[in-house]
Amino acid sequence: MTTVHTYDAVVVGAGGAGLRAALEASKSVRTAVISKLYPTRSHTGAAQGGMCAALGNVEEDYPEWHAFDTVKGGDYLVDQPAAQLMAREAVDAVIELEHWGFPFNRTPDGKIDQRRFGGHTRNHGEAPVRRACYAADRTGHMILQTLYQQAIRNDVRFFNEFYVLDLLLTPDGRAAGVVAYELASGELHVFRAKSILFATGGYGRIFRVTSNAHTLTGDGPGLVYRRGIPLEDMEMYQFHPTGLYKLGILVSEAARGEGGILLNGQGERFMERYAPTIKDLAPRDMVSRAIYQEIKEGRGVDGKDYVLLDVSHLGAEVIDEKLPDVTDFARVYLGVEPKREPIPIQPTAHYAMGGIPTDIDGRVVSGPEETPVPGLYAAGESACVSVHGGNRLGTNSLLDIVVFGRRGGAHMAEYARSAALPALPDEPERPIAQLLEHLLGESGDQRVADIRSELQEQMFDLAGVVRREDGLRKLLDILPGLRERYERITVQDKGRTYNTELMEALELGFMLDVSDTVATGALARDESRGAHYREDHPLRDDVHWLKHSLAYRQDDGSVRLEFKDVKMGPYVPMERKY
Amino acid sequence: MAGPGMVDLTLRIRRFNPDVRPDPWWEEHTIEAEPNDRLLDALHRVKWYQDGTLSLRRSCAHGICGSDAMLINGRNALACKVLVKDVAPRVTVEPIRGLPVLKDLIVDMEPFFAGYRSILPFLVNESDPGDRERRQSPEERARFDDTTKCILCAACTTSCPIFWGDGEYVGPAAIVNAHRFVFDSRDQAGKERLAILAEKSGVFRCRTTFNCTEACPRGIKVTQAIQEVKRAVLFNRA
Repeated sequence: MTTVHTYDAVVVGAGGAGLRAALEASKSVRTAVISKLYPTRSHTGAAQGGMCAALGNVEEDYPEWHAFDTVKGGDYLVDQPAAQLMAREAVDAVIELEHWGFPFNRTPDGKIDQRRFGGHTRNHGEAPVRRACYAADRTGHMILQTLYQQAIRNDVRFFNEFYVLDLLLTPDGRAAGVVAYELASGELHVFRAKSILFATGGYGRIFRVTSNAHTLTGDGPGLVYRRGIPLEDMEMYQFHPTGLYKLGILVSEAARGEGGILLNGQGERFMERYAPTIKDLAPRDMVSRAIYQEIKEGRGVDGKDYVLLDVSHLGAEVIDEKLPDVTDFARVYLGVEPKREPIPIQPTAHYAMGGIPTDIDGRVVSGPEETPVPGLYAAGESACVSVHGGNRLGTNSLLDIVVFGRRGGAHMAEYARSAALPALPDEPERPIAQLLEHLLGESGDQRVADIRSELQEQMFDLAGVVRREDGLRKLLDILPGLRERYERITVQDKGRTYNTELMEALELGFMLDVSDTVATGALARDESRGAHYREDHPLRDDVHWLKHSLAYRQDDGSVRLEFKDVKMGPYVPMERKY
Repeated sequence: MAGPGMVDLTLRIRRFNPDVRPDPWWEEHTIEAEPNDRLLDALHRVKWYQDGTLSLRRSCAHGICGSDAMLINGRNALACKVLVKDVAPRVTVEPIRGLPVLKDLIVDMEPFFAGYRSILPFLVNESDPGDRERRQSPEERARFDDTTKCILCAACTTSCPIFWGDGEYVGPAAIVNAHRFVFDSRDQAGKERLAILAEKSGVFRCRTTFNCTEACPRGIKVTQAIQEVKRAVLFNRA
């Protein structure tokens, strides 16, 4: 039995972007939020360090400086008007959260306190600036809680533990609804709506070492891609320099913002060589590459593939007050006491700059001409506006989700107020019902866990911090083999109640789709820009590559690329030095 | 026998699946793990390589999302914050208590969230704040710092014997979240919130057994927060 629900607006995903969008949309139209998790489990809650806005509370700062840093940090692949808008709206976004009760750390005179963060500078790169507003090292947790609290206050309708698996489009390409699988019952539900916003987060789980939750498997990007909508800049994936060794658990850049330093196996503060001006506070792509280089040249710790993050000199008070969670992770998982000894760290797959292409109102736009898909929206990590370009600056993701979540929510409501309810296709749930039947019915010889761990190994090794043509070609040979094996998996659990094994099998399908686009984009872009570093093409090539990639799924499952120009603005690309 | 650097771990897991049979049962699985692996990793190994039907909730795997609270060797904890070396060679894993079990380690969280929603878990302040932040001193901010850490994992509430025995009691987590607003200098709904907590389902059900404080994976002084809310109710002030 399939239940059909009808709303004006449907938001898929209940992290920061989805909640912020729902708060906006539900002011004026009937809105539902569908999430495969309980909202408070969303990975926004794992963000730590802060949210930047040029409040100027502790030193001189301007949105224009913030915009410049964002564009330069993104290695000029950023759409500059979008970055300028985000930096401008950042101030009001932070103040709005404060008015909703967000417990920011405070200055002695009671204002929102601010701290330093990687790549955020005074006057176009002169020195680090205090721009990140924060709540200890649980800023994302507090954003998620604050937005969820407001959603309760405003009586937002949630469908928790409903896993959206398909996007319904009308024959003329308008969004018409989504199909969701209810985990508790195994029932399919059709949500009919005038406007639909995807805010499903990232896909760090395609890599072996990641800071991302198990549930971040690229569902939203994957399912719109299956429906013919392109994905933008998928080769641009950020590796955060400081993940706990082997585990990948994030140790916030705030540790360095507060004065922590990186040391190689010889005890040398190596970032002084790579970024003489701002040293350990260089952007993440540069620090991750520096760590890779140190390890490659034999300066890891004891010849192993990690280096050290030292915060011991900050003193117990700063650590307990400003970095309590990240230092606790080191204690719990590595048995290291950061007050006395340095923390072993290595780069960890962290953030997708690419995703579903949108304009500044969250509208999904297809093709080089940016034709809007009527009624379809995206926001947050699953979207690509693009404000992060080739490399996102720390704190700009929390900013992105509230700024573009709000804008997307506002526009989807406005659209829903004027649009008619699109007709649904006949048997809208049919493709998904068939997919589930296939996954539950087959008894092949392949295991989801085996295919997934091989995918994660290969993606991390061949499409990781450093990439080469031969490695990427090898990867593109491996991926079809994994997909072929995926066709022959067995799901042991045939039940209807909380069949999380089936859920993991479905997730793996999206992971394979997304991996195809990442690998294809990475091979095509034969330059180095931001987080995409090609050892065989180490320089940025503005003549050929000052453009976004768009990855389309073809009928045979392969990827076709198109390109569109970057929207330029006041900032002329120059060499990226810090 | 476990390979070099590895240990064997036997997991005794309380299973339930209404699709299969009406009553719960026990199952044992032995897996190989690194001593520093999380218990969650061990459960995954069972699920991924031995029995795909084992169901549990999890997401972030590092103690922030609050999905994987379980009864582990008789105490509530997050499976992602318990290390194999601390429980090997044998561990018992059950669903948290006091909420209906839906399948294996998955319980119905709705009654828990209903308790949370009942205490008005949002800032109320009707005054016009203008276009800048409301001021709050570092001391005022520190007053409710501890209770802002709550991740709503339900480890505290489902370790409370009063909650097990009385479906009406809002439970420790709801009170923690009330505390977070009652002691926030910006909030104006203290009276309303305290009135809710003064009801029979509220804060005076607490018998100070401290299970909640021991269970909290975030180190929140839960019992102390409850005591502070009790005093606020008695003296009608935040």
